[in-house]
Amino acid sequence: MSQKELLKVKNLKQYFPIKGGIFGRTVNNVKAVDDISFTVHEGETVSVVGESGCGKSTTGRAILRLDNPTDGTVEFDGVNLLDLNKKEMRKMRKDMQIIFQDPYASLNPRQTVRETLREAMAIQNVVPKEKRADRIAELLETVGLQPYHADRYPHEFSGGQRQRIGIARALSVDPKLIVCDEAVSALDVSIQAQVLNLLKKFQKEMNLTYLFISHDLGVVRHISDRVIVMYLGKIVEVGDKKSIFENPQHPYTKALLSAIPVPDPDHNKDRIFLQGDVPSPIDPPTGCRFHTRCPFATERCKEETPELRSAGYMAEGHQGACHYMELIESGEHQPTRETSNVRMLDEEPEKV
Amino acid sequence: MSTNESILEVTDLRTSFFTEGGEVKAVDGVTFDVPAGKTLGIVGESGSGKSITAMSILQLISHPGKIKGGEIKFRGKNLLDLSEKEMRKIRGNQISMIFQEPMTSLNPTYTVGQQIRESYKIHQGLGKKEGSKRAIEMLKLVGIPSPEKRLDQYPFELSGGMRQRVMIAMALACKPDLLIADEPTTALDVTIQAQILELIKELQDELGMSVVMITHDLGVVAETCDYVAVMYCGKVVEYADVRTLFKNPRHPYTVGLLKSLPRSDRDQEELTPIKGTVPSPDEMPVGCRFAPRCPFATNLCHEKLPSLDDVGDGEQIRCWIYTDEWNGDPGVKVYEPERTTEG
Repeated sequence: MSQKELLKVKNLKQYFPIKGGIFGRTVNNVKAVDDISFTVHEGETVSVVGESGCGKSTTGRAILRLDNPTDGTVEFDGVNLLDLNKKEMRKMRKDMQIIFQDPYASLNPRQTVRETLREAMAIQNVVPKEKRADRIAELLETVGLQPYHADRYPHEFSGGQRQRIGIARALSVDPKLIVCDEAVSALDVSIQAQVLNLLKKFQKEMNLTYLFISHDLGVVRHISDRVIVMYLGKIVEVGDKKSIFENPQHPYTKALLSAIPVPDPDHNKDRIFLQGDVPSPIDPPTGCRFHTRCPFATERCKEETPELRSAGYMAEGHQGACHYMELIESGEHQPTRETSNVRMLDEEPEKV
Repeated sequence: MSTNESILEVTDLRTSFFTEGGEVKAVDGVTFDVPAGKTLGIVGESGSGKSITAMSILQLISHPGKIKGGEIKFRGKNLLDLSEKEMRKIRGNQISMIFQEPMTSLNPTYTVGQQIRESYKIHQGLGKKEGSKRAIEMLKLVGIPSPEKRLDQYPFELSGGMRQRVMIAMALACKPDLLIADEPTTALDVTIQAQILELIKELQDELGMSVVMITHDLGVVAETCDYVAVMYCGKVVEYADVRTLFKNPRHPYTVGLLKSLPRSDRDQEELTPIKGTVPSPDEMPVGCRFAPRCPFATNLCHEKLPSLDDVGDGEQIRCWIYTDEWNGDPGVKVYEPERTTEG
């Protein structure tokens, strides 16, 4: 892609300290995001997928500095966001907005829609004061609401409508990047499809860039250009949508894709059952973090942390973090564990 | 057991909530059968009444809700005629239920062992020693490692997937004939969901149970169910076997749902959402509940409620299109290729 690099995340780490003992010292860290790097180009949609606790939402929050990252750099439009002070960062947020999962929790219940939108515009000072009323009506119409909705409170709307207000608020300041944190996960499918279509339309019209955080791989396949798969704070695979869905390389990606129930009774299920649950990010497994559940794990995986890399047969930009990608692909490396029995759990799968 | 036999027949079930704003008909004349040994899926979006239907079967509806009428025949006996005492003998014994959120439906102050033993004590009069033995067997059955140790643990010490397994163990303790699973995997991650769904299926085969699977996820329906009832606004709008439902959906709502669904198994250029939103209870349409959102609705649809009719092959549809009274575009009948979701 020859497009300009809009967001460049490098070696991002986000640790949350665990305080303990009588002096309240930091006794350990939750390594929610542990050294990840990726780039998002202008006008594209990059999805971050993974199960709960993989660090996908933390990544989104860290980029907007809603939590201050522990280490790394986040370059947006050529500026390292981590060097900015609070005031400069606030200005920057004009260009980077976020839509949250629960629109009810993220809208002020005591503000009408008009007040919410006006406040957003006033803080970023984007539209001349006298034109704001027109802009509010226009925004509401763009997201499929009526201008008379402006004087209502959030509780007067349905979930889908509230999410539209969340979108209108994000759009009100004319951003370049929108982080969508599980933005459609709480919606029923018929409404979800409406909101997804809306997001796609705006992207085309305004050349928006989306960082789309989701656990729903159907939605991700629909909306993304590229996909990042995370597991326990690490990126395990990254690539264009087609490569990830049709030619997954990392055993975790394969298991994740095989686990999705497909709405077709004739679908051929070659399901890979992973053993146990995701381990705790407080004390993540050594080496490859997936080795405790990976069907292909060996001694080497326990000791050596695999880096993201590509192999000759993989598409450009498609990378996986697994020692055995090629050998699994060629069939030379066979599973070392049972993957068909759901009742043969390992002794003591650690609780999260 | 012949496959035609039904273990549960629900006829014209009506459950309402009497709120300050008036009566909310959450379940409004629901009818369906659960064939013995099979899985019936009840699918619908939020507010369709699917969970209330499940709760009504076990009479778990509390104030201000009330079961107003209808029949719930379990093994030929109408459960609505039973006293609360008689119902208690059925709950957790012949009919069991598992819920969406295992953390809120397990008692946090009792150990796993105590909670499973309770079932044995109430329904079979077993003491602690025998109860524990059986509880360990159940935990083994649902694939929990070192079950002896788990017996003395509290729910908070278990992961989400483990908790759901414990809940299944509790529900199946007395080997029920019917298991009602209300969104059993919605709160779980997809790799754990796969484990739990497979587990339920295997246990069903081993114990010969029938299952009512309540879900909003059409993927889960396609994978686990034999028959499906699609609900919309408190009513069943389509009932069919699972293949027919996905290959040849007929009700415009079912078609709309399938067309709205982003798929993980193939690329789609465009999603076709259903327009509008679910009507609120105080502005429920008088005619077909789906008419305001239906692309094919005529005056007839807006004015008169269609009944749930047999259309052959055990399939039932609540839609004017499939009746002789249909006065709209004749081209929208089923067999038109643009009505199916394939391709």
